[in-house]
Amino acid sequence: MPKRGAISAFLTAIAVVLLINFKTPSQQGLAAFSRQTLTGSQSTSGSAVASGSPGPSASLPGATTQPSATTAPATTASKTFTGPAIPYYFGTAQVQVTMVNGKITAVTALQLPNEGRSAWISQQVEPILRSEVLATQSAQIDLISGATYTSEAYAQSLQGALDQAHA
Amino acid sequence: MTATAGRLRVEQIMGTAIGIDVRDTAVPEGAIDEAFASLRSADARFSTYKPESEVSRLGRGELNLDECSLELRRVLALAEQLREETRGHFDVHGHRADGGLDPSGVVKGWAVEEAAWILDAAGARNYAINAGGDVLVRGEPEPGVAWRIGIRHPLHADAIARVLELRDGAVATSGAYERGEHITNPLTGAAPQDWLSITVVGPSLTLADAYATAAFAMGSAGLAWVAAHPGYRAYGITPGDVRWIET
Repeated sequence: MPKRGAISAFLTAIAVVLLINFKTPSQQGLAAFSRQTLTGSQSTSGSAVASGSPGPSASLPGATTQPSATTAPATTASKTFTGPAIPYYFGTAQVQVTMVNGKITAVTALQLPNEGRSAWISQQVEPILRSEVLATQSAQIDLISGATYTSEAYAQSLQGALDQAHA
Repeated sequence: MTATAGRLRVEQIMGTAIGIDVRDTAVPEGAIDEAFASLRSADARFSTYKPESEVSRLGRGELNLDECSLELRRVLALAEQLREETRGHFDVHGHRADGGLDPSGVVKGWAVEEAAWILDAAGARNYAINAGGDVLVRGEPEPGVAWRIGIRHPLHADAIARVLELRDGAVATSGAYERGEHITNPLTGAAPQDWLSITVVGPSLTLADAYATAAFAMGSAGLAWVAAHPGYRAYGITPGDVRWIET
Protein backbone atom coordinates (compact mmCIF):
# COMPACT_ATOMS: atom_id res chain seq x y z
CA MET A 1 0.00 0.00 0.00
CA PRO A 2 1.23 3.49 -0.75
CA LYS A 3 2.48 5.53 2.18
CA ARG A 4 0.52 8.66 2.81
CA GLY A 5 3.62 10.79 3.17
CA ALA A 6 5.07 9.55 -0.06
CA ILE A 7 1.82 9.91 -1.91
CA SER A 8 1.35 13.47 -0.75
CA ALA A 9 4.52 14.39 -2.58
CA PHE A 10 2.92 13.14 -5.79
CA LEU A 11 -0.31 15.03 -5.47
CA THR A 12 0.88 18.46 -6.38
CA ALA A 13 2.76 16.89 -9.25
CA ILE A 14 -0.40 15.30 -10.57
CA ALA A 15 -2.09 18.67 -10.38
CA VAL A 16 0.73 20.05 -12.45
CA VAL A 17 0.19 17.34 -15.04
CA LEU A 18 -3.41 18.50 -15.30
CA LEU A 19 -2.10 21.94 -16.11
CA ILE A 20 0.48 20.85 -18.65
CA ASN A 21 -0.54 21.92 -22.07
CA PHE A 22 1.74 20.48 -24.74
CA LYS A 23 0.82 23.27 -27.11
CA THR A 24 2.88 24.89 -29.75
CA PRO A 25 2.06 26.96 -32.81
CA SER A 26 4.10 24.57 -34.89
CA GLN A 27 2.14 21.87 -36.69
CA GLN A 28 5.19 19.85 -37.56
CA GLY A 29 5.77 16.70 -35.64
CA LEU A 30 4.91 13.06 -35.80
CA ALA A 31 2.08 12.15 -38.10
CA ALA A 32 0.77 10.02 -35.29
CA PHE A 33 -0.22 13.16 -33.45
CA SER A 34 -1.45 15.19 -36.34
CA ARG A 35 -5.05 16.32 -36.32
CA GLN A 36 -5.41 15.72 -40.05
CA THR A 37 -5.46 11.99 -39.39
CA LEU A 38 -8.61 12.33 -37.34
CA THR A 39 -11.22 12.67 -40.06
CA GLY A 40 -14.23 10.56 -39.22
CA SER A 41 -13.85 11.11 -35.51
CA GLN A 42 -17.13 10.31 -33.88
CA SER A 43 -19.17 12.45 -31.56
CA THR A 44 -21.51 9.81 -30.25
CA SER A 45 -21.54 9.11 -26.57
CA GLY A 46 -18.68 7.07 -25.33
CA SER A 47 -16.81 6.83 -28.58
CA ALA A 48 -13.20 7.66 -29.14
CA VAL A 49 -10.72 7.66 -31.95
CA ALA A 50 -7.07 6.91 -31.48
CA SER A 51 -5.06 9.52 -33.30
CA GLY A 52 -3.33 8.17 -36.35
CA SER A 53 -3.72 4.63 -35.25
CA PRO A 54 -2.58 2.43 -38.12
CA GLY A 55 -4.29 -0.72 -36.96
CA PRO A 56 -5.28 -2.92 -34.10
CA SER A 57 -1.69 -3.37 -32.98
CA ALA A 58 0.95 -0.70 -33.35
CA SER A 59 4.27 0.17 -31.83
CA LEU A 60 4.15 3.20 -29.63
CA PRO A 61 5.97 6.13 -31.18
CA GLY A 62 8.51 6.32 -28.41
CA ALA A 63 9.30 2.63 -28.46
CA THR A 64 11.28 2.94 -31.64
CA THR A 65 12.01 6.63 -32.05
CA GLN A 66 15.39 7.89 -31.06
CA PRO A 67 15.85 11.36 -29.64
CA SER A 68 16.57 14.00 -32.19
CA ALA A 69 16.99 17.74 -32.62
CA THR A 70 19.32 18.09 -29.70
CA THR A 71 21.59 20.53 -31.48
CA ALA A 72 20.65 24.16 -31.91
CA PRO A 73 21.62 25.97 -35.09
CA ALA A 74 24.85 27.86 -34.50
CA THR A 75 23.34 31.11 -35.67
CA THR A 76 20.48 31.06 -33.16
CA ALA A 77 20.74 31.71 -29.46
CA SER A 78 19.67 28.73 -27.40
CA LYS A 79 18.55 29.09 -23.81
CA THR A 80 18.38 26.45 -21.12
CA PHE A 81 15.89 26.38 -18.27
CA THR A 82 16.40 24.12 -15.29
CA GLY A 83 13.38 22.81 -13.43
CA PRO A 84 13.30 22.37 -9.67
CA ALA A 85 14.68 19.18 -8.14
CA ILE A 86 11.55 17.28 -7.12
CA PRO A 87 11.98 14.63 -4.43
CA TYR A 88 9.59 11.71 -4.59
CA TYR A 89 9.16 8.16 -3.43
CA PHE A 90 11.90 6.65 -5.56
CA GLY A 91 14.43 9.48 -5.56
CA THR A 92 14.77 12.91 -7.13
CA ALA A 93 13.86 14.13 -10.58
CA GLN A 94 15.26 17.26 -12.17
CA VAL A 95 14.82 18.26 -15.79
CA GLN A 96 16.51 20.82 -18.01
CA VAL A 97 14.89 22.18 -21.17
CA THR A 98 16.73 23.79 -24.06
CA MET A 99 14.78 26.17 -26.26
CA VAL A 100 15.63 27.84 -29.54
CA ASN A 101 13.27 30.52 -30.86
CA GLY A 102 10.60 29.46 -28.39
CA LYS A 103 10.66 25.81 -29.43
CA ILE A 104 11.92 22.99 -27.25
CA THR A 105 14.94 21.39 -28.87
CA ALA A 106 16.18 19.21 -26.02
CA VAL A 107 15.02 17.80 -22.72
CA THR A 108 17.72 16.55 -20.37
CA ALA A 109 17.29 14.73 -17.10
CA LEU A 110 19.84 16.18 -14.69
CA GLN A 111 18.71 13.82 -11.97
CA LEU A 112 16.68 10.64 -12.06
CA PRO A 113 16.40 7.82 -9.53
CA ASN A 114 19.49 5.63 -9.35
CA GLU A 115 18.25 2.73 -7.27
CA GLY A 116 16.48 -0.51 -8.10
CA ARG A 117 13.75 -0.83 -10.65
CA SER A 118 13.40 2.91 -11.07
CA ALA A 119 17.04 3.15 -12.10
CA TRP A 120 16.44 0.46 -14.70
CA ILE A 121 13.46 2.39 -16.01
CA SER A 122 15.46 5.60 -16.02
CA GLN A 123 18.30 4.09 -18.00
CA GLN A 124 16.12 2.24 -20.48
CA VAL A 125 13.34 4.66 -20.99
CA GLU A 126 14.69 8.14 -20.43
CA PRO A 127 15.89 8.46 -24.06
CA ILE A 128 12.42 7.39 -25.23
CA LEU A 129 10.82 9.79 -22.83
CA ARG A 130 12.94 12.63 -24.07
CA SER A 131 11.99 11.95 -27.68
CA GLU A 132 8.31 11.82 -26.78
CA VAL A 133 8.43 15.17 -25.04
CA LEU A 134 9.88 16.56 -28.22
CA ALA A 135 7.26 14.80 -30.31
CA THR A 136 4.20 15.66 -28.26
CA GLN A 137 4.88 19.37 -28.14
CA SER A 138 3.13 19.62 -31.49
CA ALA A 139 -0.10 18.15 -30.16
CA GLN A 140 -2.39 19.98 -27.81
CA ILE A 141 -3.49 17.71 -24.99
CA ASP A 142 -6.38 18.81 -22.81
CA LEU A 143 -6.19 16.03 -20.21
CA ILE A 144 -4.06 13.05 -19.32
CA SER A 145 -5.47 9.66 -18.34
CA GLY A 146 -3.29 7.29 -16.36
CA ALA A 147 -3.32 4.98 -13.41
CA THR A 148 -2.96 6.67 -10.06
CA TYR A 149 -0.16 5.93 -7.59
CA THR A 150 2.49 6.95 -10.07
CA SER A 151 5.34 9.33 -9.71
CA GLU A 152 4.91 12.54 -11.62
CA ALA A 153 8.05 14.18 -10.31
CA TYR A 154 9.63 14.27 -13.75
CA ALA A 155 6.61 16.08 -15.11
CA GLN A 156 6.65 18.54 -12.24
CA SER A 157 10.27 19.44 -12.79
CA LEU A 158 9.63 19.70 -16.54
CA GLN A 159 6.72 22.03 -15.88
CA GLY A 160 8.95 24.18 -13.67
CA ALA A 161 11.45 24.47 -16.48
CA LEU A 162 8.71 25.33 -18.99
CA ASP A 163 7.26 27.94 -16.65
CA GLN A 164 10.63 29.65 -16.56
CA ALA A 165 10.91 29.38 -20.32
CA HIS A 166 7.53 31.06 -20.85
CA ALA A 167 7.94 33.64 -18.11
CA MET B 1 -4.78 33.19 -25.33
CA THR B 2 -7.94 31.81 -26.84
CA ALA B 3 -11.40 33.07 -26.01
CA THR B 4 -12.33 29.70 -24.56
CA ALA B 5 -9.47 29.41 -22.12
CA GLY B 6 -11.87 27.95 -19.57
CA ARG B 7 -11.67 27.89 -15.84
CA LEU B 8 -9.49 25.13 -14.47
CA ARG B 9 -9.58 24.59 -10.74
CA VAL B 10 -7.65 21.84 -8.98
CA GLU B 11 -8.19 20.56 -5.45
CA GLN B 12 -6.63 17.64 -3.61
CA ILE B 13 -9.41 15.24 -2.65
CA MET B 14 -9.61 11.44 -2.29
CA GLY B 15 -5.86 11.09 -2.15
CA THR B 16 -5.39 12.63 -5.55
CA ALA B 17 -5.68 15.87 -7.46
CA ILE B 18 -9.07 16.56 -9.04
CA GLY B 19 -9.33 19.20 -11.74
CA ILE B 20 -12.56 20.71 -13.06
CA ASP B 21 -12.33 22.70 -16.30
CA VAL B 22 -15.57 24.46 -17.26
CA ARG B 23 -15.60 26.11 -20.68
CA ASP B 24 -19.13 27.59 -20.50
CA THR B 25 -18.68 31.20 -19.43
CA ALA B 26 -22.31 31.47 -18.25
CA VAL B 27 -21.92 28.82 -15.55
CA PRO B 28 -21.57 30.50 -12.15
CA GLU B 29 -18.48 29.89 -10.05
CA GLY B 30 -20.80 28.70 -7.26
CA ALA B 31 -21.68 25.61 -9.29
CA ILE B 32 -18.01 24.62 -9.38
CA ASP B 33 -17.80 25.27 -5.62
CA GLU B 34 -20.77 22.95 -5.17
CA ALA B 35 -19.20 20.25 -7.34
CA PHE B 36 -16.01 20.32 -5.26
CA ALA B 37 -18.05 20.28 -2.03
CA SER B 38 -19.80 17.14 -3.29
CA LEU B 39 -16.43 15.47 -3.96
CA ARG B 40 -15.12 16.40 -0.48
CA SER B 41 -18.31 15.03 1.06
CA ALA B 42 -17.88 11.72 -0.77
CA ASP B 43 -14.26 11.59 0.43
CA ALA B 44 -15.29 12.15 4.05
CA ARG B 45 -17.87 9.39 3.82
CA PHE B 46 -15.96 6.80 1.81
CA SER B 47 -12.26 7.27 2.56
CA THR B 48 -10.45 4.21 3.88
CA TYR B 49 -7.65 6.50 5.09
CA LYS B 50 -9.92 8.42 7.48
CA PRO B 51 -10.59 6.35 10.62
CA GLU B 52 -13.79 8.32 11.33
CA SER B 53 -15.29 7.78 7.84
CA GLU B 54 -18.44 5.76 7.45
CA VAL B 55 -16.57 3.13 5.41
CA SER B 56 -13.90 2.75 8.11
CA ARG B 57 -16.56 2.40 10.81
CA LEU B 58 -18.41 -0.21 8.75
CA GLY B 59 -15.14 -2.05 8.14
CA ARG B 60 -14.41 -2.15 11.89
CA GLY B 61 -17.92 -3.44 12.63
CA GLU B 62 -18.97 -0.29 14.50
CA LEU B 63 -21.84 0.14 12.06
CA ASN B 64 -24.21 -2.41 10.60
CA LEU B 65 -25.12 -2.12 6.95
CA ASP B 66 -28.67 -1.05 7.77
CA GLU B 67 -27.28 1.82 9.86
CA CYS B 68 -25.26 3.15 6.91
CA SER B 69 -26.27 6.04 4.70
CA LEU B 70 -28.25 5.48 1.53
CA GLU B 71 -25.21 6.68 -0.45
CA LEU B 72 -22.91 4.06 1.06
CA ARG B 73 -25.46 1.30 0.57
CA ARG B 74 -25.84 2.37 -3.06
CA VAL B 75 -22.08 2.30 -3.59
CA LEU B 76 -21.76 -1.13 -2.00
CA ALA B 77 -24.68 -2.43 -4.06
CA LEU B 78 -22.98 -1.13 -7.19
CA ALA B 79 -19.73 -2.79 -6.11
CA GLU B 80 -21.53 -6.10 -5.62
CA GLN B 81 -23.21 -5.79 -9.00
CA LEU B 82 -19.78 -5.20 -10.59
CA ARG B 83 -18.27 -8.15 -8.75
CA GLU B 84 -20.93 -10.42 -10.26
CA GLU B 85 -20.69 -8.86 -13.70
CA THR B 86 -16.89 -9.23 -13.79
CA ARG B 87 -17.11 -12.81 -12.51
CA GLY B 88 -15.16 -11.78 -9.42
CA HIS B 89 -12.39 -9.90 -11.23
CA PHE B 90 -13.52 -6.63 -9.71
CA ASP B 91 -13.98 -7.10 -5.97
CA VAL B 92 -13.97 -4.31 -3.39
CA HIS B 93 -12.68 -6.83 -0.87
CA GLY B 94 -10.13 -8.52 -3.07
CA HIS B 95 -7.67 -6.04 -4.61
CA ARG B 96 -6.09 -5.01 -1.32
CA ALA B 97 -3.30 -7.08 0.13
CA ASP B 98 -5.09 -7.34 3.47
CA GLY B 99 -8.46 -8.19 1.87
CA GLY B 100 -10.09 -5.26 3.68
CA LEU B 101 -13.12 -3.37 2.43
CA ASP B 102 -11.90 -0.79 -0.07
CA PRO B 103 -14.70 0.60 -2.23
CA SER B 104 -12.46 3.35 -3.64
CA GLY B 105 -12.47 1.56 -7.01
CA VAL B 106 -16.16 2.44 -7.25
CA VAL B 107 -16.24 5.61 -5.20
CA LYS B 108 -14.05 7.83 -7.33
CA GLY B 109 -16.01 7.36 -10.54
CA TRP B 110 -19.30 7.56 -8.70
CA ALA B 111 -18.32 10.78 -6.90
CA VAL B 112 -17.06 12.39 -10.12
CA GLU B 113 -20.34 11.55 -11.85
CA GLU B 114 -22.25 13.12 -8.94
CA ALA B 115 -20.15 16.27 -9.35
CA ALA B 116 -20.85 16.20 -13.09
CA TRP B 117 -24.60 16.11 -12.47
CA ILE B 118 -24.25 19.25 -10.32
CA LEU B 119 -22.50 20.98 -13.20
CA ASP B 120 -25.13 19.69 -15.66
CA ALA B 121 -27.91 21.08 -13.47
CA ALA B 122 -26.16 24.46 -13.42
CA GLY B 123 -26.26 24.53 -17.22
CA ALA B 124 -22.70 23.40 -17.94
CA ARG B 125 -22.47 21.66 -21.30
CA ASN B 126 -18.75 21.87 -22.07
CA TYR B 127 -16.45 20.77 -19.29
CA ALA B 128 -13.91 18.17 -18.21
CA ILE B 129 -13.14 16.56 -14.88
CA ASN B 130 -9.83 14.76 -14.29
CA ALA B 131 -9.67 12.84 -11.03
CA GLY B 132 -6.08 11.62 -10.81
CA GLY B 133 -6.11 10.21 -14.32
CA ASP B 134 -9.78 9.19 -14.49
CA VAL B 135 -11.35 11.54 -17.01
CA LEU B 136 -14.95 12.60 -17.70
CA VAL B 137 -15.71 15.04 -20.52
CA ARG B 138 -18.82 16.80 -21.78
CA GLY B 139 -19.22 18.73 -25.00
CA GLU B 140 -16.18 20.42 -26.47
CA PRO B 141 -13.27 22.52 -25.20
CA GLU B 142 -14.00 24.95 -28.02
CA PRO B 143 -16.59 24.85 -30.81
CA GLY B 144 -15.97 22.10 -33.33
CA VAL B 145 -13.11 20.51 -31.42
CA ALA B 146 -13.18 17.33 -29.34
CA TRP B 147 -11.40 17.00 -26.03
CA ARG B 148 -7.94 15.54 -26.59
CA ILE B 149 -6.98 13.07 -23.92
CA GLY B 150 -3.41 11.82 -23.72
CA ILE B 151 -2.97 8.27 -22.45
CA ARG B 152 0.05 8.17 -20.19
CA HIS B 153 2.90 5.98 -21.35
CA PRO B 154 3.00 3.15 -18.80
CA LEU B 155 6.79 3.17 -18.56
CA HIS B 156 7.33 6.82 -17.84
CA ALA B 157 5.35 9.56 -16.24
CA ASP B 158 5.76 12.26 -18.83
CA ALA B 159 5.37 10.33 -22.08
CA ILE B 160 2.09 10.13 -23.97
CA ALA B 161 1.37 6.76 -25.57
CA ARG B 162 -1.64 7.80 -27.61
CA VAL B 163 -4.14 10.62 -27.89
CA LEU B 164 -7.87 9.87 -27.85
CA GLU B 165 -10.49 12.36 -28.99
CA LEU B 166 -13.77 12.32 -27.13
CA ARG B 167 -16.99 14.24 -26.63
CA ASP B 168 -19.36 13.16 -23.84
CA GLY B 169 -17.74 10.16 -22.26
CA ALA B 170 -15.28 8.83 -19.75
CA VAL B 171 -11.73 7.45 -19.89
CA ALA B 172 -10.16 5.33 -17.15
CA THR B 173 -6.75 3.69 -17.11
CA SER B 174 -5.48 0.88 -14.89
CA GLY B 175 -1.86 -0.16 -14.76
CA ALA B 176 0.95 -1.41 -12.62
CA TYR B 177 3.53 1.27 -13.54
CA GLU B 178 6.50 1.95 -11.28
CA ARG B 179 4.80 0.84 -8.11
CA GLY B 180 4.30 -2.54 -9.70
CA GLU B 181 1.63 -5.09 -9.06
CA HIS B 182 -0.81 -2.88 -7.26
CA ILE B 183 -3.66 -4.71 -8.96
CA THR B 184 -3.99 -8.38 -8.14
CA ASN B 185 -6.43 -10.91 -9.50
CA PRO B 186 -8.89 -11.43 -6.60
CA LEU B 187 -9.50 -15.00 -7.74
CA THR B 188 -5.85 -16.12 -7.77
CA GLY B 189 -3.98 -13.48 -5.76
CA ALA B 190 -1.49 -13.20 -8.63
CA ALA B 191 -0.39 -9.96 -10.26
CA PRO B 192 -1.37 -10.11 -13.95
CA GLN B 193 1.53 -9.93 -16.41
CA ASP B 194 -0.40 -9.49 -19.66
CA TRP B 195 -0.60 -5.70 -19.74
CA LEU B 196 1.35 -2.64 -18.72
CA SER B 197 -1.88 -0.70 -18.71
CA ILE B 198 -5.46 -0.90 -19.91
CA THR B 199 -7.56 2.10 -20.88
CA VAL B 200 -11.34 1.89 -21.13
CA VAL B 201 -13.55 4.47 -22.87
CA GLY B 202 -17.32 4.56 -22.40
CA PRO B 203 -20.34 6.50 -21.22
CA SER B 204 -19.93 5.94 -17.46
CA LEU B 205 -16.74 6.75 -15.55
CA THR B 206 -17.70 4.40 -12.72
CA LEU B 207 -18.05 1.48 -15.11
CA ALA B 208 -15.04 2.44 -17.24
CA ASP B 209 -12.90 2.51 -14.09
CA ALA B 210 -14.21 -0.83 -12.83
CA TYR B 211 -13.94 -2.45 -16.27
CA ALA B 212 -10.32 -1.27 -16.63
CA THR B 213 -9.42 -2.80 -13.27
CA ALA B 214 -11.28 -6.03 -14.04
CA ALA B 215 -9.81 -6.32 -17.55
CA PHE B 216 -6.31 -5.84 -16.15
CA ALA B 217 -6.94 -8.62 -13.64
CA MET B 218 -8.43 -10.90 -16.31
CA GLY B 219 -5.25 -10.82 -18.39
CA SER B 220 -5.27 -11.59 -22.09
CA ALA B 221 -9.05 -11.98 -22.32
CA GLY B 222 -9.67 -8.57 -20.73
CA LEU B 223 -9.95 -6.38 -23.82
CA ALA B 224 -12.53 -8.59 -25.54
CA TRP B 225 -14.50 -8.80 -22.33
CA VAL B 226 -14.75 -4.99 -22.16
CA ALA B 227 -15.66 -4.70 -25.84
CA ALA B 228 -18.64 -7.00 -25.29
CA HIS B 229 -20.28 -4.15 -23.37
CA PRO B 230 -22.22 -1.85 -25.73
CA GLY B 231 -20.65 1.60 -25.86
CA TYR B 232 -17.32 0.58 -24.30
CA ARG B 233 -13.93 0.23 -25.96
CA ALA B 234 -10.66 -0.97 -24.49
CA TYR B 235 -7.01 -0.32 -25.28
CA GLY B 236 -4.09 -2.27 -23.87
CA ILE B 237 -0.35 -1.70 -23.83
CA THR B 238 1.70 -4.88 -23.76
CA PRO B 239 4.90 -5.44 -21.78
CA GLY B 240 8.08 -6.39 -23.59
CA ASP B 241 7.44 -4.98 -27.03
CA VAL B 242 5.28 -2.14 -25.65
CA ARG B 243 2.58 -2.34 -28.26
CA TRP B 244 -0.79 -0.60 -28.38
CA ILE B 245 -3.69 -3.04 -28.84
CA GLU B 246 -7.24 -1.93 -29.61
CA THR B 247 -10.55 -3.75 -29.46
